[in-house]
Amino acid sequence: MTGAIGWAILIPLGGALLAAAAGERASRWIAALAAAATTCAAIGVAASVARHGPSRHPAGGWLAPLGIELRADGLAATMLLTIAAVAGLVAAHALADRSRAAACARSCPLWLFTWAALDALVVSGDIFNLYVTLELATLAAVGLVADGEGPDAPRAALRYLLFALPGSLLYLLGVALIYGEHGALDPATLGAHVGASAPDTAAMALMTAGLCLKAALFPLHAWPVLAYTRASPVAGALLAGLVGKAAFLVLVRLWLEVYPATFTSAAGPVLGTLAAGAILWGSLHALWQPRLRAVIAYSSVAHTGYLFMWFALGTRDALAGALFVVMSHAAASASMFLATGAIARALGHDRVEGLTGLAHRLPIPFFALALAGTSAMAMPPSSGFVGKWLLVRAAFETGHRLWAAVMLIGGLLAAAYVFRLLRRAFLPRPAGEPIAITRSSGGHAALALALVAIALGLAPGLALDLLRGGSAP
Amino acid sequence: MTPLLYASSGVAVFAIALYRIFTAGDVLRKIIAANLLGGGVFLILVAIARRPAAGIDPVPHALVLTGIVVSVSATACALALARRLEGTTLDDGDDGDDGSDDTEVAGRGP
Repeated sequence: MTGAIGWAILIPLGGALLAAAAGERASRWIAALAAAATTCAAIGVAASVARHGPSRHPAGGWLAPLGIELRADGLAATMLLTIAAVAGLVAAHALADRSRAAACARSCPLWLFTWAALDALVVSGDIFNLYVTLELATLAAVGLVADGEGPDAPRAALRYLLFALPGSLLYLLGVALIYGEHGALDPATLGAHVGASAPDTAAMALMTAGLCLKAALFPLHAWPVLAYTRASPVAGALLAGLVGKAAFLVLVRLWLEVYPATFTSAAGPVLGTLAAGAILWGSLHALWQPRLRAVIAYSSVAHTGYLFMWFALGTRDALAGALFVVMSHAAASASMFLATGAIARALGHDRVEGLTGLAHRLPIPFFALALAGTSAMAMPPSSGFVGKWLLVRAAFETGHRLWAAVMLIGGLLAAAYVFRLLRRAFLPRPAGEPIAITRSSGGHAALALALVAIALGLAPGLALDLLRGGSAP
Repeated sequence: MTPLLYASSGVAVFAIALYRIFTAGDVLRKIIAANLLGGGVFLILVAIARRPAAGIDPVPHALVLTGIVVSVSATACALALARRLEGTTLDDGDDGDDGSDDTEVAGRGP
């Protein structure tokens, strides 16, 4: 399956172009076919990594110093599968919604572009190509935000773009400095040469700062929150679930393969402090948001903190934990956004006080919200539990008691904000107050995503084995 | 000496643009600042391409070309959004908007 890795990028890219050119009916068929075929390609890559170990594919036959190398290793395979599962189910949700066929036909090229960019990002073995894919993902995401509901959507999209651009250009400045010093862009060569000299340190600091801005790590977390709350549920699911993780994955690659120990040991505690801030700040703000979507957006801020905690801990187990949080939160937050979309459509709003007594009227979306919520609050046997347990254990093992405490407090706060929503939904409806529900359909894809988040936690060995498949030479 | 001069002016342009993209109130100024950010990096890359021993290194030039493509796309995207935001009605009605919500939205930047 050497070709599968290329197909995982080319199919959604070609599908997006065709769907953009085709008419309304045809574009939905093209999108459905492209989504199915991309998922197959991702499975093909994962099967090949599981069976034969990691492999490298020079794109177009050009080798490393000049060409771009695509890599299929454990990390890439796991992330390809995560992207396929989340983007595939979100696509199914968008395509199944017949009442919004026109909106779906307009947005399906955008989510296929996002999918292609993210697939390219996780398999890129070249620090400049990582910049290009990061930027492609951003541009597609901006389109998704702009396609949102309400007059505020263009403003939210522009704000998103104007915060994401300096992030990626800071990263690019770092890449330029690194190239100036070492004349190479592939991580393997750089890993052997990048040291503690002043230009190298400056370059690594710029790249790290740019990626932190791009990942919306606390205290620069406010800009995607606006986009998440203004975007359509489909866009919100893709942005919070997948695009928000892209910069973290790039930084993981750099941390593992390029940065020397002198830099990581100095920068780790700084990122750990910001991560702790993100966990506490995001979780606290999620507690009193008046709108359902804003609760989920702040929960995403907090989860970015859990991911970045790895940089402070640094062990292999902690990395497995952080990547498990990536998978778990991708599925759980996408599920919550779709469920919120279904609820908001039935009610005409997503205000938390307005949810009283609705759990029985909208059983599927609320069930999805509750299941995804157990993953967010890291209750066993959800996948969120596995990820956060690995992280907290690593924190105790490496003597970072404070960070362990922060993560445990974050879990308790998550329980508080999830139960705030569920309590409201299960309260008896005040007598004499009519419930205006327009339609109670939708939410099946949200439920499927929530089940993915739970299922990952029931059989964590499968994902962990695939992840480790990359560490073998 | 000249490459160093170019590279340091690139850094200066980048620093000024980075300051402006966060402090400018106007959307158009922010978009220009974003362009200058890219321009600063490209200046540095072109300065880097000169290798005293081996003449000119083509790779940074290829990177600049790719970077320009990305930068132009991002600018086009930002300008299209800014236009919708400001509700400019100078158009010939062909930009694909439905026209319902783009006329009344006043506002100067996020």
